[in-house]
Amino acid sequence: MTIHAITVLGHDRPGIIADTTARLAGLGLNLEDSTMTRLRGHFAMTLLCAGEATTEAIQADLGPIAADGTLTVTVYELPEEQAPAGAGQLFVLSVHGGDRPGIVSTVTAEIAAVGGNITDLTTRLSGDLYVVVAELELPADADVAVLEASIKRVTLELGVDATLRPIEADDL
Amino acid sequence: MSVNERVLSWTEAELGVEGKVLDVVRAPAQVLSVPGKDVDPAAPETVQLAADLIATMRVSPGCVGLAADQVGVSARVFCVDVSTHVKTKTHHGTYVLCNAEVVEASRNEKAREGCMSVPDLTGDVKRASRLTVRGQLPVTGETVEIVTDAFEARCLQHEIDHTNGLLFIDRVAGAHALHQRQTYL
Repeated sequence: MTIHAITVLGHDRPGIIADTTARLAGLGLNLEDSTMTRLRGHFAMTLLCAGEATTEAIQADLGPIAADGTLTVTVYELPEEQAPAGAGQLFVLSVHGGDRPGIVSTVTAEIAAVGGNITDLTTRLSGDLYVVVAELELPADADVAVLEASIKRVTLELGVDATLRPIEADDL
Repeated sequence: MSVNERVLSWTEAELGVEGKVLDVVRAPAQVLSVPGKDVDPAAPETVQLAADLIATMRVSPGCVGLAADQVGVSARVFCVDVSTHVKTKTHHGTYVLCNAEVVEASRNEKAREGCMSVPDLTGDVKRASRLTVRGQLPVTGETVEIVTDAFEARCLQHEIDHTNGLLFIDRVAGAHALHQRQTYL
């Protein structure tokens, strides 16, 4: 059993997911984690599939999807990996302000500096407005107040606003 | 749910001035990120602002609330009218609140919301669906308490956030909770 990462990127049109996943099912691959969205109107999808098919077989079977040149398909075999135990503190960071280079790199550097790991990230450019929403996991012993202060300092320099909130899971 | 009859019976006629339609400010305008100043509800400029907010809300399709910072004024004033919205349960018609604050909030629910000041994005935001808000009516300065639910509760929290310099994008539930708007009002 191997895990393959498959990315499909390019011009959006109806049927890309149906076509791609039907071909993967035909190869006996099981679709595990996946994500798909549109980025500036472009179709962008990453799929992790488990099965016995080889990289070459998957590439050959998905070839027709990219045949018209509007989509790019890549296939990689991934090593087995255990999901890290999530013992940290979970937060959502929202950053918004006027678009300028360096917002993501500057803010995420502060998170990395305290050993924080970004687990999900979305950025959107809407006119002049740039929005970053990141989910992050901080080490259990991280000083959240110190991180908040450093994010406040760099976002002030960038002229953008930032909000760091704990992720609240409601147990029902 | 017990409706505040004083607020329900309030109309913009009490303002006694004609409202002007103002331009709506869009993010990343700085005024949207700054907490508004407390206002004197009886001051002529507050009363005119209240009338302008209602006039601007009325001409904006689908608009159910508008805060002063959205028209470029950093002041703790907003108007609301959710009376014709399909998701509304309890409502208090059209009204303006000055210096409003949340007194009690419970029963969080997540829903997707947008904002005239962030026109191209929407976000999934968790907000209380049972809410008590205290504020002052313009002109008289009477302190009123509104107990409400569902869509009016969401709208009030969204507008009070504006008066505190917060946008819905400060409260989105996660990285996949921010969306490009697909349809426009």
